[in-house]
Amino acid sequence: MKYAILIYRDEAKFAALTPAEVQEMRGAYVSYVQALREVGAYLGGEPLEATSTGATVQVRDGRRTVQDGPYAELKEQLAGFILIDVADFDQALEWTARCPGAAFGTLEVRPVMPMDH
Amino acid sequence: MAARESYGRLLAYLVARTGDVDAAEDALAEAFLRALESWPRTGVPDRPEAWLLTAARRRHIDEYRQGRTAARLVDTLIADAERESFGPGKELSLETQFPDERLKLLFLCTHPAIDAAVRTPLMLQTVLGIDAATIANAFLTSPSTMGQRLSRAKTKIRATAIRLEAPAEAELSPRIDSVLDAIYAAYGLGWDRAVVDGADPRWRGLSDEAIWLGRLTISLLPDEPEAKGLLALMLYCEARTNVRRGVDGEYVPLSEQDASRWSRSMIEEAEALLSTAARARRIGRYQLEAAIQSAHSRRAYGEEVDWMAVAGLYAGLVIVDPTIGARVGQAAAVAEAMSATEGLRLLDAVDEATVSAYQPYWALRAHLLSEVARSDEARLAYQRAIGLSEDPAVQSFLQSKNDHHRR
Repeated sequence: MKYAILIYRDEAKFAALTPAEVQEMRGAYVSYVQALREVGAYLGGEPLEATSTGATVQVRDGRRTVQDGPYAELKEQLAGFILIDVADFDQALEWTARCPGAAFGTLEVRPVMPMDH
Repeated sequence: MAARESYGRLLAYLVARTGDVDAAEDALAEAFLRALESWPRTGVPDRPEAWLLTAARRRHIDEYRQGRTAARLVDTLIADAERESFGPGKELSLETQFPDERLKLLFLCTHPAIDAAVRTPLMLQTVLGIDAATIANAFLTSPSTMGQRLSRAKTKIRATAIRLEAPAEAELSPRIDSVLDAIYAAYGLGWDRAVVDGADPRWRGLSDEAIWLGRLTISLLPDEPEAKGLLALMLYCEARTNVRRGVDGEYVPLSEQDASRWSRSMIEEAEALLSTAARARRIGRYQLEAAIQSAHSRRAYGEEVDWMAVAGLYAGLVIVDPTIGARVGQAAAVAEAMSATEGLRLLDAVDEATVSAYQPYWALRAHLLSEVARSDEARLAYQRAIGLSEDPAVQSFLQSKNDHHRR
């Protein structure tokens, strides 16, 4: 079963980290992804740049609207995602709790909808 | 009488007479609710349990009248309620008022027909009255999933008519093991979470609850040495709780803990339990594990750990109960008693598929590999152990060990 771990964190809190703290968190992510790879559960994932660097896009009745920044102002923002393949939701929760982001922000874990190709 | 004492007793009594855990819980919840409403006005009755039981039974009867509960269950209740009227004026002892059925409730929750994964949650809910959402957090499951698992188990009890009764003599021993295993599972979860969740005053982990269940089990099964072994094991571990973290919340491994700060009163209670248990001359998993912790506890008295003895106890444990945890513990003890190479030899013998996500294996493997200067392998094993750790304090501890050995 495939699951997406969506990583949310407070961007202001993250920006306030010292370089050493950022380095430590990166190291924890490297170890985490390596452990996922070793058990054959890692499918992929990427960290994202801050929401201020992006934009939201809508098309309504042919009219395009583009706005700076995130879709909604939240306390925590989407900061990255990891896609895993594990036996069941219990295992997905276990790996989600191990993700270094769990201790820093909030993680959401969602089953990936199976699609027939 | 404490609320957690009352809850399990009352629930066990109701389940014994109805066979329906769900209905009994609903009735009891309603009774507690009514008590919250009326006791502040009328004062707490002389016999609060009897009052609650009467209220709970009336609720059962009301439900029957509304056609929501099976008729046979309520017929029994009505008959009971008429036979023994539990008014506040009655001056009977609690024991004669209603028998303690909690041992049977423990056996019911750990019945072979109940999925092993839901036995501990079921026990926590029925015997202690802990709500499903709290249990879900402890088990790292969503509240809705835990709710479904618990209600499936209760439906099974009702549908297959698993009765609240003591097991037959022939199957008593394995059934007791299941009870002890479920309690120890609760302790293990509490042990893992106690430090992490320590800041949350509402929920201090399951350790306290497990120890309480351990004491209850001994009172209900006074002749069972393994029940004493289990409580001793939990107390030896609990004696170290406050020393497992440094002043800044950093992880402190057992070998580096200030043993003079371990709780001697808990250690001494555990020692007494273990020696009483030993007199039964029936060794088992929990007595062996407790004996291992007893050897570690000598450090509280300024003595050295007898690693040869610990390795020997682990060898016994691996025979009695060959879990992956026991095998990793044995390798650690052998490494201390003999050499890191001998410890690694034991780790190499473990099937890698069973340890692919078992953090203690990789943490020990990393440590032993760095001891024998196999640095590249040690670095990878440390990374693996860090990636498998949930606790940031453990992650930083392992990271600093990894940085240190690389230098």
